[in-house]
Amino acid sequence: MDTYVGSSVLRSEDPRLLTGNGRYIDDIVLPNMVHAAFVRSEHAHARINGVDADTARSMPGVVAVMTLDDLGEPYNTKRTEQPYPSPAFKQDITIYPLARDEVCFVGEPIAVVFADSRYTAEDAAAMVRVDYEPLPAMVDVAAALDDDAPLAHADSPDNLIATLSIGFGDVDGAFANAPHVLSESFRQHRGGCHAMECRGVIASVDPAHGGLTMYSSTQSPYLVRSVVARYLGEDEHNLRVIAPDVGGGFGPKAGVYPEEIVLPLAARMLSRPVKWVEDRREHFLATNQQGDQVWSLEVAADDDGTIRGVRGRVIGDAGAYTNYGLLLPMTSVIPLPGPYAIPAIDVKVDVAFTNTPTKCPVRGAGRPTAAYAMERMIEVIARNLDLDPADVRARNFVRADQFPYQPGHTMVTGASVTYDSGDFHGCLDMAKGVADYANFSLRQEAARAEGRYVGIGVSSYIEDTGMGPYEGATVRVEPSGAIQILAGTASQGQGHATVFSQIVADQLGVAFEDVTYQSADTALFPLGVGTLASRTVVAVSTAVHEAAAQVRDKAIALTAQVLEAAEADLEVAGGRVFVKGSPDRGMTLGNLATQLAPFNTGAVPMGFTPGLEATSYNVTRGPATASGSHICEVEVDIETGEITLIKYSVAHDCGRMLNPQLVEGQVLGGVVHGIGNALFERMHYDESGQPLSVNYGEYFLPLAAEMPPIEIAHQETLSPLNPMGVKGAGEGGTLPAANAVIAAIENALKPFGVVVNDYPVDPERICELLDEALAGGAVPGG
Amino acid sequence: MADTRRINLTVNGESHEGEVETRMHLADFLRQSAGLTGTHLGCEHGVCGACTVLVDGEAVRACLMLAVQANETSVTTIEGLAEDGELHPVQRAFQEQHGLQCGFCTPGMVMSLAAYIDENPSPDERDIREAISGNICRCTGYQGIVAAGLQAAVEIRGGG
Repeated sequence: MDTYVGSSVLRSEDPRLLTGNGRYIDDIVLPNMVHAAFVRSEHAHARINGVDADTARSMPGVVAVMTLDDLGEPYNTKRTEQPYPSPAFKQDITIYPLARDEVCFVGEPIAVVFADSRYTAEDAAAMVRVDYEPLPAMVDVAAALDDDAPLAHADSPDNLIATLSIGFGDVDGAFANAPHVLSESFRQHRGGCHAMECRGVIASVDPAHGGLTMYSSTQSPYLVRSVVARYLGEDEHNLRVIAPDVGGGFGPKAGVYPEEIVLPLAARMLSRPVKWVEDRREHFLATNQQGDQVWSLEVAADDDGTIRGVRGRVIGDAGAYTNYGLLLPMTSVIPLPGPYAIPAIDVKVDVAFTNTPTKCPVRGAGRPTAAYAMERMIEVIARNLDLDPADVRARNFVRADQFPYQPGHTMVTGASVTYDSGDFHGCLDMAKGVADYANFSLRQEAARAEGRYVGIGVSSYIEDTGMGPYEGATVRVEPSGAIQILAGTASQGQGHATVFSQIVADQLGVAFEDVTYQSADTALFPLGVGTLASRTVVAVSTAVHEAAAQVRDKAIALTAQVLEAAEADLEVAGGRVFVKGSPDRGMTLGNLATQLAPFNTGAVPMGFTPGLEATSYNVTRGPATASGSHICEVEVDIETGEITLIKYSVAHDCGRMLNPQLVEGQVLGGVVHGIGNALFERMHYDESGQPLSVNYGEYFLPLAAEMPPIEIAHQETLSPLNPMGVKGAGEGGTLPAANAVIAAIENALKPFGVVVNDYPVDPERICELLDEALAGGAVPGG
Repeated sequence: MADTRRINLTVNGESHEGEVETRMHLADFLRQSAGLTGTHLGCEHGVCGACTVLVDGEAVRACLMLAVQANETSVTTIEGLAEDGELHPVQRAFQEQHGLQCGFCTPGMVMSLAAYIDENPSPDERDIREAISGNICRCTGYQGIVAAGLQAAVEIRGGG
């Protein structure tokens, strides 16, 4: 029955994207449209004493210049909505759509110019004069909770936003009398989104009925509808949000931004369509980023490396505002146990304001930092007890016979964290095979004999994929026999149209080419959540599968009635329902659809609802646990600090693969993102909070020439929580990558006793660490 | 008023004539004046390569070239690469090797590779990686793109 599911069907999205016929936000042109350019703060922290826009307003081609005051009541005193309220907030300060009297990061929008072209709008924006009174800036989150720390918000009592914790088991007991108590402190930095398409918004008012239509380059059109409708005081049916082709998302496009508030308000005020497309500099300044976390952890272990318990503290950077709720810190600690059966954990995370852009999840959210933290504990055990790091992992893994496994703590929803399935030992063994781990020591010895330093790093992870609460889909057969799928989630390149069409084509026995998929338009499908957290393949495929099954059942039931045949004797194939063994006794799906939706002189068949269609919503039954192990092999040049990635091996388990080629694409992209985090991507700020990396000459993304061959092995343990046994694959590649790379570097430099810990690490830092090691008496080869 | 000049160039075989601001870059001209939105802008400072087009056969970053500099040239954009509805071997290989996800960097990647393979029809993997090191992709991890480049080169040089 599965013709398409499980095979690498070529993407139906590709022909138009490959011929320049994509339709991204900046490709959309509406009649009489005006173009926006934002005036953004030049200071990380300042009072605003006034804005002089007279010159800008008088320039030819300028239609309007607006500050917060110009937005009128009630918006002139109204902060943006908090999408994710939490009782854990000690301070919840969201951003104003345009700054009111204080700016809290470089790039915060202060005013907006609308003009007949973007060129003119930028000319005029440059002529808007802002009277700043600079204030002390809080930049380094490590110091944000110090008594003398500058206040990121001038009127706040301190910089603490919330304290979250993960705890279970008897931690004191675990550490008391433990043979080994080891500790490690490390700073994790994850950069920004850097989707190749920046953000963008178009808003227009339909004069016929007054409703607003917004196009946004977003991962979450329904979240945008919800947040913007609440802010504007609109009913949701009056606000249609469409995500057109979106050129990458990676997390930051799942938030709602000031520009998404300002543009619809301006469209109402100007009675003209308005468009703003972020440029790359703005992306560096104003799009949410992930930022820094400073970790200090202790681990209690037995002689054989068995972990008894983990405890510690984290300070997490939230940036200037709380518009992404507490999702990032929550996802940084809840997944902390990872694939390991750890009896006791007690870790607290303090979340603090800084005068830098708002922090939010980037590919993996907090999970990559949680994974790195726990992998660091494995490394410190292996290093101090002189054990093989892969063996320490295997010794501590949850075993395949322990599922469903509950570490002992709860998720954000209050439900117990539960691992549904997997075989962590199996994946590690596969990865070791791919990497030829067994023979690495021979390769390392041979290299050292030539004066070269090669190293290997192992890293394991799990990911809670398919997060709730729900997604839905409609499957409809048209009179022509064509099949239409409608769903909520937006795609940013994952191949939704292809994968969901594969499922429906198999369920209804039709050709893949006869299925079309439309989504990400709130007028097409009523409800949805968003594409994030490796959730879509689980949540939507389940809904699509169920809706298609209902259509299939309905088609069989009607055919049985018309042909006076038993349902059990009918088969669905080739776009028809027919009697098994008598293919000519049957009806086409198109014919059935026509009978179920007749016009005036017809009648809907007795006992049937109109239309050969069904809508299904999938309510999550808990996360499907994806897992895997990565092994990275590197060479480090001890003279220059240059790090060369030799080979990267992956063994992963995302349950049943609906389209293996697309799964590999997700894994490959994820790994390279993680390598970027480990080696390249860093937002630099000076002491006053000025960003020093605002273009791709200053902020390095991974390039093709630097990437190693990446070899992937697949393990498929099916999730018991959904009908096809699928698990998410969008972020798993990223989760363990930083430790695989850093541990490999440390392994290469083991003769010098170098421990890297902080990432990203660059050649300059490697040289510093080597100098420190040599100054401390390290003897190469000793 | 902004300074303007009259330019005349060929885009995908069709003549385009018009008055442009001297400061308008070629990518904006192609997108806004010629209506060819397949050329994408990813950074507008010449690093990401999304805007790569062919000017008289040479791969060029359309964000770093002014429209007036393209006067009297022949420009090929992603819209003009397929011939008679038949995808260029690089385009076809991108689909078959899963060389694209979101599709935003894709036009620049495809144009860069088409120009490169034209110049060196027998590249090895390292050559392809170097050839696209001026194009950034955030989605694919490059491996599918590299495989696509190698596959297309085989086809272009006639399977040898």
